[in-house]
Amino acid sequence: MLRLEKRPSPSKMWTALTPILAVILTMIAGGVLFWILGKDPVEAIRTIFWDPLFHEDFAAYSRPQLLVKAGPLILIAVGLSLGFRAGIWNIGAEGQYIIGAICGAAVGLAFYPSESFLIFPAMVIAGALGGWAWAMIPGILRTRFNTNEILVSLLLVYVAEQLLASMSLGLLRNPEGRGFPGSRNFRDFPAAHNGEIFANTGMHWGVVAAFIAVIFVYILLSRHILGFQIRVAGQSPKAARFAGVNPNRLILFCLGTSGALAGLAGLFEVSGPAGQISIDFNSGYGFTAIIVAFLGRLNPIGILLAGLLMALTYIGGELAQLMLGLPSAAIQAFQGMLLFFLLAVDVLSNYRIKFSRSEGA
Amino acid sequence: MDGPLLAVNGVTKAYPGVVANDTVTFTVDPGEVHALLGENGAGKSTLVKMIYGLVRPDSGGMVWKGEAFEPATPHAARKSGVAMVFQHFSLFEALNVAENVALGMENPPPMRQLSARIRDVSEAYGLPLDPDRLVGDLSAGERQRVEIIRCLLQDPKLLIMDEPTSVLTPQEVEILFKTLRKLSAEGTAILYISHKLEEIRSLCTGATILRLGKVVGNCDPREKTARELAELMVGETLHIPSREPGTLGDTLLELTNLSVKSANPFGTSLKDVCLNIRAGEIVGIGGVAGNGQDELLAALSGESIAPAGAVKLQGQEIGMLGPNQRRALGLLAAPEERLGHSAAPDMSLTENAALTGTVREGLSKNGFLDWGKARNFAESIIQGFDVRTPGPDNAARSLSGGNLQKFVIGREVLQRPDVLVVNQPTWGVDASAAAAIRQSLLDLAAKGAAIICISQDLDELMEISDRFAALNEGRLTEPRPAKGLTVDEIGLMMGGAHDMEVSHVEA
Repeated sequence: MLRLEKRPSPSKMWTALTPILAVILTMIAGGVLFWILGKDPVEAIRTIFWDPLFHEDFAAYSRPQLLVKAGPLILIAVGLSLGFRAGIWNIGAEGQYIIGAICGAAVGLAFYPSESFLIFPAMVIAGALGGWAWAMIPGILRTRFNTNEILVSLLLVYVAEQLLASMSLGLLRNPEGRGFPGSRNFRDFPAAHNGEIFANTGMHWGVVAAFIAVIFVYILLSRHILGFQIRVAGQSPKAARFAGVNPNRLILFCLGTSGALAGLAGLFEVSGPAGQISIDFNSGYGFTAIIVAFLGRLNPIGILLAGLLMALTYIGGELAQLMLGLPSAAIQAFQGMLLFFLLAVDVLSNYRIKFSRSEGA
Repeated sequence: MDGPLLAVNGVTKAYPGVVANDTVTFTVDPGEVHALLGENGAGKSTLVKMIYGLVRPDSGGMVWKGEAFEPATPHAARKSGVAMVFQHFSLFEALNVAENVALGMENPPPMRQLSARIRDVSEAYGLPLDPDRLVGDLSAGERQRVEIIRCLLQDPKLLIMDEPTSVLTPQEVEILFKTLRKLSAEGTAILYISHKLEEIRSLCTGATILRLGKVVGNCDPREKTARELAELMVGETLHIPSREPGTLGDTLLELTNLSVKSANPFGTSLKDVCLNIRAGEIVGIGGVAGNGQDELLAALSGESIAPAGAVKLQGQEIGMLGPNQRRALGLLAAPEERLGHSAAPDMSLTENAALTGTVREGLSKNGFLDWGKARNFAESIIQGFDVRTPGPDNAARSLSGGNLQKFVIGREVLQRPDVLVVNQPTWGVDASAAAAIRQSLLDLAAKGAAIICISQDLDELMEISDRFAALNEGRLTEPRPAKGLTVDEIGLMMGGAHDMEVSHVEA
């Protein structure tokens, strides 16, 4: 009989190994799924994990995409991980991402067609402030009226989406766009364009920001007293209060920081890879980042790796749809499995499995 | 009936890393009040859980009225006639007494009948209790009566009581003992778990002493002194803290009409608490659990704030200051709950040292923590207070209760507080660790610190306090010199509001 036995303290080895184990299990279960769909499982898995990086025809296109997709995921997830560590659940990063993009783009478009080098920095600041302000709404409601930040932040995503639709149809619509929805394209506005820093690498300022955020959050959590307070607050709120942590300030800090980073991600996306404010420029990064944060165990380095892996499954998934005709629902199920298996094998870091004789009835 | 009611024969139960019970053998006769005596971690709880069907032994067996006894569930144990009153009550505060009793019964009778039976039983055994009152409004002693009556309605042959007196005033203890003696006279055996030796000597007729899972002795506790029992229990000669009254200095802490609303809806708000405490003095604060102890600690530690002038430290108004500002001024505290309040369970000892030590030990610079220094601080606590652990990298929850408590108290004592507030400093701690903790408090006071010790262990308070006061429904009595206080006086200070009358006991 199998029994679970609680470990006296979490196993360091298993904490590090479980993500890898989860990926392997996902490959196996996903392979079975693809096989049932009548596809060659080995080829499907290879198309998702290998071809985007090494296929002779596609790799040149898809390799830069890796950073383009991973950048915003990592940037948002690193911010979310702060709150998640402290037990503050910002589920609405998607909304903050959209509002950041709108605010940043609006600042840029307001100065069109200026060529000042100050425009892009101003857009960056506006994007961060926009995301921050959107996250402050659940923050202030929580600290003032004790509302649930999960619900408020989530519902504000839908408000943000409506706002985005209104903006791309109204205020920010390209006046020279012959009535089509969507703003001016930033590719035609060099002072405000977030282009590739090195050609054909996918490296844009958002990716740089993501790497900086990873380093900052790493130092914050491991060395700074605020990071320590975040960790204590998440583990035992009472101990945190005893240690002098002001819970309201912590809530505002965590929500504000994650909102600002999500807003930055939105600005970098809209002024770079997406190119313009349009009704559906947002592609769910804010939600996927939640998975990335947990896949990376809320650890900044882990999130960096998880963001790259998640980006890989996105690109590989698209490739598999294209090459093998796999339905997109199967790809989404495959990505869902990854989180599912991660949470499932998580039990190994806190428990050990014991094989024991049956103890009778 | 011939032979024992229950015989436990060579029962062994092992958990990962520890043998909780190692070939334990003892018997309980019908009508006997049998004590299970041992330090925390000696294996008493595991043993009674096996009798109550919550845990199954690895080997060995039990015999109940001459037949093999293997209860697989508490349900089976109750059917055989075993009942248990747990240390922590399982009652719903929003339901009334009768509803709570009904929830614990296999086939509850109609409510009106049940209320009548509760009244009958409570009168017959001298446990006054109104079946229609909300449990949320009851004192801890009354809640315990609900649990006891729930057991008695099932007409048990063996009643297991796990540390029943820890929540009672001395007068309530007397009422309980009368009930238990009456039950025993009627033939109900009682298995009484405790580490309070005087209680066992006055109540029990037989005792089994456990140490580290093994039976180390059987005796008639009435024939032993408390000291002999303690030494059997601990296995070594006890070091009893010595109190050398020093000269008292200036007033350090002044509480003036301190009223604080409890953060917990079922908590007790503090009402007009007044107290002055001088350098070198230890004030013991007694009281039944849940009468404002947690709230008093929070109001002093800075976790809950009060009007500025209600709390004064060396003349400075600090009522509005938070925990770290108070620490900086020299007011430190150690709350009751070790895991989750005074320490973060999953964090290392180094991190837990930084939890309160950052301000006074200079563990941070420009907002960045110096983990090397924090580690040194943790190591000095571990050495100075004999904390048994492989090292400061171990998680707080991997330590035993006593060792973690030594760590928590040591952490505050080593920060050289001017005023130290502790709540239940030796709760659930073995005798030798408790003695060490008390001694460290006495030493600290001898060096000129003022100490407020909140505790439910009256022996402890009498041992170390200069003055004694009691919390009762959020009010603090006038402190009185501890020397010469009688148990009766203490009981009256503690319990004024709880109903004391003993109804119709003919035992």
